[in-house]
Amino acid sequence: MTFFLEQLIIGLSSGGIYAIMALALVMIYKSTGHVNLAQGEMAVFSTFIAWTLVQMDVPIWPAILLTVAVSFVGAIVLERVVVRPFAKADDLVVVAVFVGLFLSIHSLAGAIWNYEVKPFPSAFSDGSISLMDDLSIRAHTLGSLLTTGAVLTAVWFFFRYTRLGLALRAAADNHESSRLVGINVSVMLALGWGLAAGIGAVAGVMIAPVTFLDPGMGLAPLIFALAGALLGGITSPFGAALGGLIVGVLEAMVSAYVPYGIEFRELIALMLILSVLLVRPAGLFGEIVTRRV
Amino acid sequence: MTMESTDMTQALSAPRSRKVSLPFARLGYGAAALALLAATGVLEGYELFLASSILSYAIAAMGLNVLMGYNGQISLGHGAFFAIGAYAAAICIDRFAVPFALTPVIAGIVGMGAGWLIGKPALRLEGVYLALATFGLAIATPTVLRSDLFAEWTGGVQGLFLLINPAPEWAGLDLDQSIYLAVVGYFLLFAFLTLRLVRGLNGKAWIATRDNPIAARAMGFDVTRAKTRAFVFSVLACSVGGALQAVAVQFVAPDSFPFFLSISLFTAVVVGGLCSPLVGPLLGAVFIVMVPNVTEEIWQGGSWAVYGGVIIAIMAIQPRGLAGMLGWVKGKLTTHTNRKQQTGRNRPC
Repeated sequence: MTFFLEQLIIGLSSGGIYAIMALALVMIYKSTGHVNLAQGEMAVFSTFIAWTLVQMDVPIWPAILLTVAVSFVGAIVLERVVVRPFAKADDLVVVAVFVGLFLSIHSLAGAIWNYEVKPFPSAFSDGSISLMDDLSIRAHTLGSLLTTGAVLTAVWFFFRYTRLGLALRAAADNHESSRLVGINVSVMLALGWGLAAGIGAVAGVMIAPVTFLDPGMGLAPLIFALAGALLGGITSPFGAALGGLIVGVLEAMVSAYVPYGIEFRELIALMLILSVLLVRPAGLFGEIVTRRV
Repeated sequence: MTMESTDMTQALSAPRSRKVSLPFARLGYGAAALALLAATGVLEGYELFLASSILSYAIAAMGLNVLMGYNGQISLGHGAFFAIGAYAAAICIDRFAVPFALTPVIAGIVGMGAGWLIGKPALRLEGVYLALATFGLAIATPTVLRSDLFAEWTGGVQGLFLLINPAPEWAGLDLDQSIYLAVVGYFLLFAFLTLRLVRGLNGKAWIATRDNPIAARAMGFDVTRAKTRAFVFSVLACSVGGALQAVAVQFVAPDSFPFFLSISLFTAVVVGGLCSPLVGPLLGAVFIVMVPNVTEEIWQGGSWAVYGGVIIAIMAIQPRGLAGMLGWVKGKLTTHTNRKQQTGRNRPC
């Protein structure tokens, strides 16, 4: 039982990170209709920025906040310079541009910070906290769970109760009509990218102490986040977050209980992606898209 | 809607200009084929290996180009089929001592089986969603190859060394030459097949399905069958390419088929030129074989940067890639500009 609970908590904590990443994917998908394949690499790049700040003796929390701010601005620039010119292009062109972005960011991180695996300090204390008699969890696990909760709540609050959040939702929903009521759609698109990058940076900083930091670390979380986003519904922030959590728990359970499970985690994410897309393409909570032909 | 349908009618009536230039084109193809064969005697050692590599990647890229360029289905995961072909060939040689020149046939059959398994569900996905699913495939493949579960057959992390016998002595060929000749043979076969398919009714069905599935259906094309055929052909080409690559390297290991391989194949197709059936994949294959050779010495991971930058630049300047640029230059030189090639900058084909 204890073992099960331990696995559950580990699953929830990595699931929380996938949830944040999934949320970042949804943010961009909802505002632009593109799935940002470079999301994982962007998060890794942000994490490297945080690492550099920590190396420069900036305390961890200010470092994280600064990183989020830098990522926010960086992503807005990226959207303007690289992605915007292709906004109306063919699917294939858009996918190619994202692949190009993915490769460029990846190798840039490698060029600046090299490919050595680096330890990353936890934003929380190093010890563990005992919950029950024989069940104790690492402070970092608990902390990242709480952070996930805080981020998700903040995002929900932002979309639900602020004027800007409403404008962002409107712009995502219908570019034309939003323009007519005076919303600057172009600013909203940039804002969507900025928020996604900021959220992604949080995910990166939370996962790096567990997986250690190297330029290739964004790949696995990206596929799990993708699975989560599609499972919950790529048009629904709430669904995507829940999907991310489910995928995290599933991953932990499969690794713990299924023989060879650890080796086939990615394959299971792939199966999940395929089956969701086939059985219910809109995901659990996504809206079903109808198209006029 | 109207734009798309004019595109399609143009596409369907495209072969008009072809008839005139056909005899010249045939001569050109014949000369190129002879040059490839003659290279056996001219190149040696490492150069032969490089050429074999380029041609086997070109075979894979030809298949993927049919899928992405002509049929408009985006795959980021065809490295998986390349790997399956390579491992099929390796296991054939390692376990059953199959002559190396025959392994691509078996690899092709195995690959198509796997392609059917994955393609059956995946082909119901459209556009970006197929790209996402295959992206997952690309990420999952290396972990499966590395698994202990199949280690008895695949050699696990260590991989398999392949003992390849050269052609019989009377042929007077050394090992590199015999491998190169086999690769050229398969390359010519696939070049022929690709051209036949693309220029025949299949090609028209693919283009029509890509540009407007509903109109294609109305015109009597079986859309599902067209998509399936394009997918199966691309998988076949990739697994044969993989088998030849394994033979050329004489070694397979999980690290030879990383996630990056799938991205490389994608890069080869996009950079070489979508919808250029032969020249595009060849240029693309040269690109993905030569660029890492140059950059990896300067900076680890440098090829990723070059690929990324070049892809974005090409999408911005000329979505038809290097072959498109060649065509453009040719058009400028002969002043007989092909109008179809210059319209629709945001559309690769």
